[in-house]
Amino acid sequence: MTDRALSANDPENLLALAQALRAEVGTEYHDRLMESIYTDAAQIADHAVTRDGQGRRLYFDRLLDRALTSRVWGFPIMVLLLMVVFWITIAGANIPSGLLAEFLNGTVYHALHSVAAALALPWWLSGVLIDGVYLATAWVVSVMLPPMAIFFPLFTLLEDFGYLPRVAFNLDRLFKKAGAHGKQALSMTMGFGCNAAGVVATRIIDSPRERLIAIITNNFSICNGRWPTLILMGTIFIGATAPPALASLVAAGSVVAIALLGVVLALGLSWFLSRTWLKGEASTFSLELPPYRPPQILKTLYTSIIDRTLIVLWRAVTMAAPAGALIWLIGNVTVGGVSVGEHLVNLLNPFGLLLGLNGVILVAYIVAIPANEIIIPTILMLTMMIGRSAAVQAGVMLELDDAQVYTVLTQMGGWTMLTAVNLMLFSLIHNPCSTTILTIWNETRNVRWTAVAALLPVGLGFAVTFTTATLARVLGLV
Amino acid sequence: MTAKTLPTGACETCPVAKNATLIKLGLNVEGWDYVVALAGNPNTGKSTVFNALTGLRQHVGNWPGKTVARAEGGFLYKEKRFKLVDLPGTYSLLSTSVDEEVARDFILFGQPDVTVVVVDATRLERNLNLVLQILEITDKVVVCLNLMDEAKRHGLTVDARALSRDLGVPVIPAAARKGEGIPDLLQAISQVAQGEYVTRPHRIKSRDPKLARAVEKLALEVEAAFPGLPNARWVAMRLLEGDARIVEAVRTRELGNLSRGVQPQPVRREADVVLETMR
Repeated sequence: MTDRALSANDPENLLALAQALRAEVGTEYHDRLMESIYTDAAQIADHAVTRDGQGRRLYFDRLLDRALTSRVWGFPIMVLLLMVVFWITIAGANIPSGLLAEFLNGTVYHALHSVAAALALPWWLSGVLIDGVYLATAWVVSVMLPPMAIFFPLFTLLEDFGYLPRVAFNLDRLFKKAGAHGKQALSMTMGFGCNAAGVVATRIIDSPRERLIAIITNNFSICNGRWPTLILMGTIFIGATAPPALASLVAAGSVVAIALLGVVLALGLSWFLSRTWLKGEASTFSLELPPYRPPQILKTLYTSIIDRTLIVLWRAVTMAAPAGALIWLIGNVTVGGVSVGEHLVNLLNPFGLLLGLNGVILVAYIVAIPANEIIIPTILMLTMMIGRSAAVQAGVMLELDDAQVYTVLTQMGGWTMLTAVNLMLFSLIHNPCSTTILTIWNETRNVRWTAVAALLPVGLGFAVTFTTATLARVLGLV
Repeated sequence: MTAKTLPTGACETCPVAKNATLIKLGLNVEGWDYVVALAGNPNTGKSTVFNALTGLRQHVGNWPGKTVARAEGGFLYKEKRFKLVDLPGTYSLLSTSVDEEVARDFILFGQPDVTVVVVDATRLERNLNLVLQILEITDKVVVCLNLMDEAKRHGLTVDARALSRDLGVPVIPAAARKGEGIPDLLQAISQVAQGEYVTRPHRIKSRDPKLARAVEKLALEVEAAFPGLPNARWVAMRLLEGDARIVEAVRTRELGNLSRGVQPQPVRREADVVLETMR
């Protein structure tokens, strides 16, 4: 393409001239240019805009901002709002979750088996299809759909109203103190939906150092795939310890606590990184607080249910279907009289127990690398298969509502409060899903940092769960 | 019916009639006649305008920095197919963060037929900084003066005609959330794309004669090296500032393609694809 011979004007000459002129005009060129732009912009805006005093609504906006971004009240209000959102989610999802589980894992499941029997399908085929693929997807739907159908619209309403930038504004100070970029607060907030999206959102950060910090720590924003795990554990283990009237509130509190711990970890790790491998000064920037906008409630409900809930659910289902087949296979293909799944679980069990988890959970986290959404169904299916329960073989006890999930986990899986708490912790602190890892690679194009972003959290997760497990054992809590 | 009693002229001015010629094509962007870029500061409603034109449901959030990758969609207006590209929101095109680069590279190297700059009517002055920079790169600009409803709420009146006079490009007042102004915006896009509306873009005035001379001198050389380049002055300003990307584009003669009207397809970053599939 570069037909040098034909061109009289060598680009290098042009660049040399540019260099010479740059030396001549000096370094203030950028500032002068900006000055010119600002002056022109101010003049033109002045021609076009007239103001007739301030409206009352603006006064209201200011008042609201003063409260929501106040040094004293900003954080308590944030925690309170999160509590309310999760409380509504947990209290509201309870009944539909049970009904859905009864229908999908009971009625439909039995109907499918009847059809399979009528068609005289071989046992392994109906096993893979019904006990594997169907059951895993049905569980994903019944575990995830109700809480998400409540949580997403609520969250989107807050977003639409303009609350998220206020959260970022509150966190901005802290991130700067941690040696990171204030805009990290925004990419972190984005990560609460999806970490891959959060990682891409770090493009708004100009300094490569601060961008890397934001990418590595984005994993500590709990994503769509992980909220259901936390909500279920919070409900059946932690909420259940409180009197029934307070159960939902306590459950919501435990979920919020984990989410906040994520923020603390993101800050802590940012601080650590900016003082070790990614040393440097925090850059300053000004965060624009957008005006409050009255949320468009119906539109928000529609788009958050269609675009967010169903899309996330669809992703979970597409991941759950092959995972279900895989789980059924490893549960039914035997080597030396014991299923492959059981071999795997037994292999990982000692390490799992050391962490206050168990082998099933660790196998589930390996199976769920493509999508965290399928953690709970995987754990349940593995627990029941490894439990070798006659009930499972006979196909009963599958319409698991929350109480039955609790029974299965404690009776067949031998779970304790420690297992539940550590699962919540590990859900927060483990490797990013494969989509996020791929996105990190795409954004950084660097094997080393991709590896750090993938392995650092899982190492930290092992350390944290080991510590809590050891503490619980030393203190005689389990 | 009532339609019979209306004077026939009413149809031409009625927004519904104008809108009737708009066919939203969603993700279908094949065989387009014109490429339209959608630029603007963060959180000015670019995605809302994008959705209104394409019928897509790109997630819209009330916070800056939501769109960091490009999103594409299409629409059919008056029998012409338009491909619409939603660019990341940026405050300027001068610094070096990835989102600004994505936006700048598309406007410069993608050579859209029209660039629509969505501006926030309540924060006009700051939004104009970006408009002025875009006007240096391309003549074919339409300004969408969005959030007029909010400006009203804040007690602000913005004179779109005065603004249009000063900027030398069409300025269309709009409240995209309510669909107001979209028909006029379509018409302006179509007129600028087809050259029916000839713009006379505002140029940034250099107040320092020494700098003005330097820019002028360098612009002449750029013009000589790349005859027919539509934005020699802007390239000169960037070279004077030592913009690495532009220096590279000069060195590799990538800029030469622009003057020859060759349409290099901007590189599609993997991350854009990942993000798009997740939406």
